[in-house]
Amino acid sequence: MVKARRDVDVLEKCPTGIKGLDEITKGGLPRGRPTLICGSAGSGKTLFAMEFLMRGAMDCGEPGVFMTFEETPKDLAKNFISLGFDLPDMMSRSLIATDHVYIERSQIEETGEYDLEGLFIRLGNAIDSIGAKRVVLDTIEALFSGLSNAAIIRAELRRLFHWLKDRGVTAIVTGESGDKLLTRYGLEEYVADCVIFLDFRIEDQISTRRLRIVKYRGSSHGADEYPFLIDESGLSILPITSLGLDYPVSTERIATGVPKLDAMLDGKGFYRGSTILVSGTAGTGKTSLSATFADAACRRGERCLYFAFEESPSQIIRNMGSIGIDLARWVKKGLLKFHSARPSLYGLEMHLVTFHKIINEFNPQVFIVDPISNLSAAGAASEVKSILTRLIDYLKMKKISTFLTDLTHFGGSLEHTSEEISSLIDTWLLLRDIELKGERNRGLYILKSRGMAHSNQIQEFLLTNQGIDLVDIYTGSGEVLTGSARAAQAAGERASELTNRREVERRLRDQERKRNALETKIAALRAEFDVETEEVHLMAEEEQKRQAVLAEDRLEMAHLRKGKPSAPRALRPKKKRERRSR
Amino acid sequence: MKAVLPGKGKKAKAAATEEIWNLRLYVAGQTQKSITAFANLKKICEEHLAGKYRIEVIDLLKNPQLAKGDQIVAIPTLVRKLPEPLKRIIGDLANTERVLVGLDIRSVSG
Repeated sequence: MVKARRDVDVLEKCPTGIKGLDEITKGGLPRGRPTLICGSAGSGKTLFAMEFLMRGAMDCGEPGVFMTFEETPKDLAKNFISLGFDLPDMMSRSLIATDHVYIERSQIEETGEYDLEGLFIRLGNAIDSIGAKRVVLDTIEALFSGLSNAAIIRAELRRLFHWLKDRGVTAIVTGESGDKLLTRYGLEEYVADCVIFLDFRIEDQISTRRLRIVKYRGSSHGADEYPFLIDESGLSILPITSLGLDYPVSTERIATGVPKLDAMLDGKGFYRGSTILVSGTAGTGKTSLSATFADAACRRGERCLYFAFEESPSQIIRNMGSIGIDLARWVKKGLLKFHSARPSLYGLEMHLVTFHKIINEFNPQVFIVDPISNLSAAGAASEVKSILTRLIDYLKMKKISTFLTDLTHFGGSLEHTSEEISSLIDTWLLLRDIELKGERNRGLYILKSRGMAHSNQIQEFLLTNQGIDLVDIYTGSGEVLTGSARAAQAAGERASELTNRREVERRLRDQERKRNALETKIAALRAEFDVETEEVHLMAEEEQKRQAVLAEDRLEMAHLRKGKPSAPRALRPKKKRERRSR
Repeated sequence: MKAVLPGKGKKAKAAATEEIWNLRLYVAGQTQKSITAFANLKKICEEHLAGKYRIEVIDLLKNPQLAKGDQIVAIPTLVRKLPEPLKRIIGDLANTERVLVGLDIRSVSG
């Protein structure tokens, strides 16, 4: 009971299997109802219908009937093969039934009242023969050109769509777009549930396919015009406008490939998944920096996708060989994939679709576009910005680090990208020419880098045969010097430094000599002093000896004077002292 | 499927050697249009092709698979199988003039 009620409330949807369409329609086409696909000749209506049937048969187990009013079964089989579907095989497996309705006005005479019951019977028979759940009528408008009684056809069409609903098949009816109405014969009048418009327009000689859901009764749906692509794997529609700003971020850092640039970026390089822009005028080394980054990514074992809009892959590989970067080996290993295309090859949205397709196929961790400024050749600036916004959102979603280069034109402000995408950029490196003293040198600085303490220095950017090197620019004595001027200045400084050092050394030597002389003098004086001291000592000793000898002599004399002790003589001087103290 | 064979009378032999008009009328059930168409066809044939025609009535409700082979879209449809080339006439055959033009009967009788 509940389930039955839900069937009434919620429109059941029939997945189409067409890439992107089910996201826009939030599930697919209305199940059990007819959908009108309209568009001009060559807009991809038949292909759309074919893919709907084939995906249904292959992926959803829903057999389908293809009733064609225009193409013979042989042509039809050829068309299917172009999408990679084997129609005869699928017919033999009762997955697809086809019926070619051929109405040639010149061979038909109308002689009174008739109806189109024959068509109903044929369709009914085809549906029953394989138990079809899906039906395509391509394009039923042929009835109008084949039969003259429009009143009958209209009445019968109305009946046909009711009948299709009663049969419960999900149907696609195609119709050619008309001048005032969506379709030439106003089919939208009968198919009221879902109408999808395919547009094929050419602007500046570049074609773009777009799809729009004009109406979808009972369901919300994306209302924008979505670009789509037709290639060997069928239709791809991009539901990319639906992305938001809620992508995950990473705190992981990845090296730039130039150690000194890493040092400028807080010592660790870029954030993984961030968007990096390198802008600069022609010949400032944007491609070299991109290639270095690509090389660094491949060294880490990451996959890198390189979109080149100006050069062919082999030319990039050759040129980067001259600065010591061997990209060919990464290509051989399958880590690096180049995709070269002229921007004017197709429209902007096709570029975006191509980006998506290749990104999905290759699944890279690093994505490089060199340069994005060339995209403006394929569309207006506002469109380029919108495309890039969507691309960057998509890449952020997938945590792919994006490296974009932008060619700044001479005369324009450097802090300005032609696509006005600076707000989308996380890290912006600026390469610029520094013209000084008759030569031109390259300088690099970081204009911004979100979420890290980055250097504010301008570095001279050198392309050596060992890759890229950054050198501090000479900024002493109030001027900025680069190139040979910097080298000359540095040499001059080295020379004067040498002179200074020599002077200091000389002084030191002088001082040493003086110290030596002083010490010698001190030694001489000390020696003299020692000699004197010794003499004094000797004298003292001799005096002592002499005294001793004298005393002995006196004792002897006393002894000789009848052995009187010498004491009374000793007392005498004592009395003399007492007297003196009084 | 029912066949109406008018092969009666003296003319039948001559017609057999000449040219037999093989006509098929496709209908879907016994609808008013089908009945009218058959009646109109019978009348025209008797008038212009007496003795040298054969009408096959095919009911697509009974044999739906036959609709595809003869490229039937509208009901009723009259198909001239023989003589060649194949001709198709749709509608209830009320407009005799157009039926004759459609079947190219004028040139045969004239």
